[in-house]
Amino acid sequence: MAALLKNRHLTGWLLASPLAAVLAFFLVLPILMIVVVSFWGATEFSIYPAFQFDNYHFLLTSPVTLQVFLNTFKYALVTWALTLGIGFTVAYFLAFHVRSQTWQIALFLLCTIPFWTSNIIRMISWIPFLGRNGLANSTLISWEVIDEPLEWLLFSDFSVILAFVHLYTLFMVVPIFNTMMRIDRSLIEAANDAGATGFQILTNVIIPLCKPGIMIGSIFVVTLVMGDFITVRFMSGSQSANVGRLISNDIALLQYPSAAATAVILLVTVLMVIGTLLRFVDIRKEL
Amino acid sequence: MDRRRPRSFYPLAAFFALFLLFLYGPTLTIAILSFQGPTGGLTFPMRGVSLHWFHDLFQQQAVGDIWGSFRRSFALGLMVMVTTVVVSVMGGLAFRKRFAGSGVLFYLVVTALVIPSILISLGVGLIFNQTGLDVHWSTSGFGAQLTWTLPFGLLIMFAVFNRFDKSYEEAARDLGASPWQTIAHVVLPIIAPSLIGVALFGFTLSYDEFARTLLTAGSRNTLPLEIYGMTTNVTTPVIFALGTLTTLFSFLVIGVFLTTVWALNRRRARAGSDAGKGMV
Repeated sequence: MAALLKNRHLTGWLLASPLAAVLAFFLVLPILMIVVVSFWGATEFSIYPAFQFDNYHFLLTSPVTLQVFLNTFKYALVTWALTLGIGFTVAYFLAFHVRSQTWQIALFLLCTIPFWTSNIIRMISWIPFLGRNGLANSTLISWEVIDEPLEWLLFSDFSVILAFVHLYTLFMVVPIFNTMMRIDRSLIEAANDAGATGFQILTNVIIPLCKPGIMIGSIFVVTLVMGDFITVRFMSGSQSANVGRLISNDIALLQYPSAAATAVILLVTVLMVIGTLLRFVDIRKEL
Repeated sequence: MDRRRPRSFYPLAAFFALFLLFLYGPTLTIAILSFQGPTGGLTFPMRGVSLHWFHDLFQQQAVGDIWGSFRRSFALGLMVMVTTVVVSVMGGLAFRKRFAGSGVLFYLVVTALVIPSILISLGVGLIFNQTGLDVHWSTSGFGAQLTWTLPFGLLIMFAVFNRFDKSYEEAARDLGASPWQTIAHVVLPIIAPSLIGVALFGFTLSYDEFARTLLTAGSRNTLPLEIYGMTTNVTTPVIFALGTLTTLFSFLVIGVFLTTVWALNRRRARAGSDAGKGMV
């Protein structure tokens, strides 16, 4: 027994078995199930086992699919650029301009607390702000910037992206801040002594050293936005579509095989994007 | 070193303040609006100030079951929290040494983190339906949520063990501690504050999860599902009152966890070292 416990493979698996079991049953099996069902057929009320490519054929030949995928990429790209810009600036301020550690921790916590509250509530809370008679419009009218309320503030691509940035910038701040805190301060001192300006230090020292954090943040933001369906549905007032909504609409109509086929294509797309991003960073080393 | 603040401090500080306003502003707006008078609507102006909508929450609702869903979400949050802490610690310990298949398992964890939530919901729902199992928040919903909380717990454990000083364990072994004693009396007490962090992630991510429970909770809703249902058919500030209450509840939970971490760290700072106390 004692000799058995010395075997690192065995103890490793013993300790990891609950994790492996959960992932096998609630991650691997569901993915396999989705792949299988994507070849099934559906009537209006039920689904039946089959092996047909109808779902994929319909999906890949429909002009809507391409448009929806392009829209999904558009949301992902714009949100990524905005969260990266905002997240990097916020992390940079916290890491290099706040000098007392107590303040650093306090302000960092202030940035992360919303992450632990409800996303749906945070979406709802934009309504009184952006609505036709909302705060933004009434303020702009009282300042006489505009005469008529702006219609595109709520239920538009603008509000969808605003909500994404609101919900997901934290996912950029945390990993970038983490890598920034591990930068050896003497490197910056050295660059300073060698005559680099503040901007040169930023572009030649800090940004290259932050690359792993930027990559991890990007992976989070891109996958969250590409897999989303609820933010797009809620903030666009059901007027815009992304792939997630395509899936959830099929689910609502009980068209599970078609939803499964779309899900498979979405998963392949997301994994390809992640695979590309992972080439730039070794996640396990960076924690 | 020059202790004057660089000029870039002020624009960056202003940017940071705006970012905080952006983060918290909307939540504050609905907190204020939830005190609307009985005739007020979903936007400003305030028509009087009252507790009408909070009072309304405690009345029988026309649709749904807010308090039942709150109780379910709370119970599920606790279940997910305990499981996440235990499984993450075991997983974290396992990953300290390479074992056959550890690479594959690690990539599965990453997959769980990046997979669109609706796929988990759809897949788990399909499995339960096709095998005739009952879809219920405490079985299928519980498992579906674990695929989201476990990767976070595990990532925290990786970060913790990457910084863990192994000489403590060696010292314990040299003093004759068994492997189990080393874990229980040395490793676990050292990592305890991080475990509170894992628990916080486990509870709050479960309590607020929507997409993964959508098709896996069955006929009894959790609170986020209930709130989402309300957005489509409730047009009064009662939804703001509910939002304010559950956000306050989240703040309370976060406060309890953070205070515990702080107290643990203080206790450790006070009792952890006998330096300067002379020979005992």
